[in-house]
Amino acid sequence: MNPRVSIFVTCVVDQLFPRVGLAMADVLERAGCLVDFPERQTCCGQPAFNSGYHDDARRVARYFLDVFKDSEYIVVPSGSCTSMITHHYADLFRDSPEWLDRAKQIAPRVWEFSTFLVEVLQITDVGASLETVATYHDSCHALRELQIKEAPRKLLRHVRGLELREMDTAEECCGFGGTFSVKFPGVSGGMARTKIDSIVRTNADVVVSVDSSCLMQIQGALSRAGLPTKTMHLAEVLAAR
Amino acid sequence: MSRDDILQQVRSALGRKSGEAPPDAPPARIRIPQPDTDERIRSFVCALEGLAGKAFVADSVEEARHYAAALLENGTAVASNAPFLEQLGIRTLPGVQSGFYDRDELRAVCASAGLGITGADYALSDTGTLVLISSPEEARLISLLPPVHLAFVARENILSGLDELFAVLPMPAARTSSMILITGPSRTADIEQILIRGVHGPGHVHVVIV
Amino acid sequence: MTSLPEANIERTLADANLQLAIYASTGRLMDKRKTAVSAELLPDYQELRTQANAVKKHALDNLDFYLEQFETNVQNVGGHVVYCRDGTEVADFVLKLAKERGAGLLVKSKSMTTEEIDLNERLEHHGLHAVETDLGEYILQLAEERPYHIVAPALHKTRYDVADIFTSKLGVEREIVPENQTRIAREVLREKFLAADIGLTGANFLVADSGAVVLVENEGNARLTSSAPKIHIAVAGIEKIIPRAQDLAVFLKLLGRSATGQHLTVYTSFLSGPRRNGEIDGPDEFYVVLLDNGRTRLLADNEKRQSLYCIRCGACLNICPVYRKIGGHNYPWVYSGPIGAIITPQYQGIGKNPWLPYASSLCGACAEVCPVKIDIPKLLLDLRSEVTATHPKDQKSRIERMSFRVWSWLMTKPKLFEMAGMAASTALANGCGWLRNVPAPLNIGPLRAWISQRDLPVPPPKSFRQLWRTRPNK
Repeated sequence: MNPRVSIFVTCVVDQLFPRVGLAMADVLERAGCLVDFPERQTCCGQPAFNSGYHDDARRVARYFLDVFKDSEYIVVPSGSCTSMITHHYADLFRDSPEWLDRAKQIAPRVWEFSTFLVEVLQITDVGASLETVATYHDSCHALRELQIKEAPRKLLRHVRGLELREMDTAEECCGFGGTFSVKFPGVSGGMARTKIDSIVRTNADVVVSVDSSCLMQIQGALSRAGLPTKTMHLAEVLAAR
Repeated sequence: MSRDDILQQVRSALGRKSGEAPPDAPPARIRIPQPDTDERIRSFVCALEGLAGKAFVADSVEEARHYAAALLENGTAVASNAPFLEQLGIRTLPGVQSGFYDRDELRAVCASAGLGITGADYALSDTGTLVLISSPEEARLISLLPPVHLAFVARENILSGLDELFAVLPMPAARTSSMILITGPSRTADIEQILIRGVHGPGHVHVVIV
Repeated sequence: MTSLPEANIERTLADANLQLAIYASTGRLMDKRKTAVSAELLPDYQELRTQANAVKKHALDNLDFYLEQFETNVQNVGGHVVYCRDGTEVADFVLKLAKERGAGLLVKSKSMTTEEIDLNERLEHHGLHAVETDLGEYILQLAEERPYHIVAPALHKTRYDVADIFTSKLGVEREIVPENQTRIAREVLREKFLAADIGLTGANFLVADSGAVVLVENEGNARLTSSAPKIHIAVAGIEKIIPRAQDLAVFLKLLGRSATGQHLTVYTSFLSGPRRNGEIDGPDEFYVVLLDNGRTRLLADNEKRQSLYCIRCGACLNICPVYRKIGGHNYPWVYSGPIGAIITPQYQGIGKNPWLPYASSLCGACAEVCPVKIDIPKLLLDLRSEVTATHPKDQKSRIERMSFRVWSWLMTKPKLFEMAGMAASTALANGCGWLRNVPAPLNIGPLRAWISQRDLPVPPPKSFRQLWRTRPNK
């Protein structure tokens, strides 16, 4: 059986980190999926939702529901965007039964990338190999809204040549928080620096996460601090061979 | 009037009518483990000593009395009017003042005594806690004003924990104006989170299990 | 409306000693909590949380019933219940009682509720001196500051700060050893306890079936406050009600562990009414002041009502990465951290501090540690949408509103979205991956804020959708 997978690459990956989307598509195809990219896709609406603009968020969410209405599986390289669709759409559409129903219908078909591999495809070894020491950053929404803790680690442990070294604050927020990062720049930057202190203590070469926006924050802070540590999305690690 | 005003606002916020009975409350959650007495004693001692309290298991009335006498040395103590302390011969030890029924008199004695001696109605084994119920026999301040507190508890009154306490005493208010749970010596960590014992209450707590 | 205290936040962030104090203290409390609720030490932790949530929900959904039940039971044991709408009414009541009884000195144990209504200042203003007796609160009263943290009020003070405060305010010789500092406070306050006419406490719980006030503490000052003077007044928010004494078997297990990692705090006082016939000591008069001060407003909203479940353990502060950076005093009211960010706007009105619900990265750590399972991130999101619904008129908010309007429209137009991305890529492209500076015309607003702290990723020449079109079909 070849599952038909529509990838929702998210606006951040589309515009800033396209290689993450390509890597995800590669991994999914190698795992036997038939991958398509619905070209009309844009964003899930989370930026507006988190900023309190529910009308604007609803407009984007309705658009998303329309674009992906016929997809069998929708796989997303982000815990945060996945959770927006599977958890927060219900809240966003609480007063509109028709859209609420559509949101509820789509939710079980939407999967965060690592969970899709481990739980749906039941794959923990994708045949990747990468000589590196990696540390994993638990992105908040993946961890606390989707309870994603083990899946990405299982996948990483099966990457040949990769040593997974846990940091002491893996579960602590990197400080991104969407518009929080620019509304409270000093606090957000401080949180990022606390995070990279902890990353540096592991002596890892690379920080891995399932959310590109966290990695943007972390890489931005690493780069500003002049540190050589790199960030990679889990999909990029799994695509390496 | 504020009372009626507030209650009215509460009702209108909740959409309730005056005097309307509530639906059944979620059943109280009481889970009582049943360790045997030895296990209760062991656990109590372990918990209390973990908090820098001292526990002593007395096999006889004499041993209990000797513990008090040794702790007292040549100091002064105030003891409650508990018959249990009477039976143990504590109230008549040299240096021990007891038998106060006047608040002001008792307070003055407590403020100067080096040791306060009380019974404890119960102890909770899992947390090393004493349960003191205020009555004509047990005053509130004896376990509070002196720098050292010595309590005697009968071994059969060691309950497993809070759940058993509230099963045995579902309505403490029916019996007393004051039920106090004491878990170790008075402490604070308000300055740089450095643990310091004996802030306002006793810095030393001794418990003799009889 | 108060705006975001940017300058103060910057000052806190730049104070290395303060940063260390906050980070270390909250970190220790957090670690102790984690151990105390671990599966080995408290296997039924999650069940207890569920039960605590259910009991609080029930109590608040039927609050009028339990308030009246509580009142009747307090009266049955010879005490009095006084309802107050706000701080003025509380102060009026205490002052009137003090005048009638000829009381001149009042001792107080730690109470966030009285901090909330500035009770000390109100009483002092009319000549009634109120002395804080919790060590941390006493230090802060001398320093004329408000609590930094719900549980550890003087968390930001070092021993050297305390030495300065004691020397200047008490006239004692400079003493830098915390143990000796504690002795000094003990001696000064012991005199006050024995001389005080009124003892004023807060309440951790009000037990409806017993007419009882429950006080949880470690120092013994709440016991002294409630037992030494002839009059005991407990001031509590109306939300502190729990239905039964038996519910304490759940709440007491959660409170100490969540706050400081203690299985039980040193003292738990269960107090109902004045001393009974024959009891040797204890107060002759017992009053419970039930305060509204905005709480009834919260009750009306089914979803936000859960904000009132809070038992003030402080766990959400300790784990909050934002609190751990900005500390307690940058929050505009006495309640700080995530719980402060949700209750302050609700008590005081959303328009007063519209920035507060935004002071969170929505990481959700607070909800994970909340012993009564308040969904704080959800409430923050709800409050944010309430803020935007008030259509703030300041320029920043208007630009933001307009931007999201345009953005959401753009997000339904994939072709335009693609072109906008290409424009951004062209504008920022300089050949290297991460920008340290943004060229002049773009160096404003969010980009400027971003670049102030970290490097900015350069949008690559081709977006994913463009690369996808040319991707070889496998």
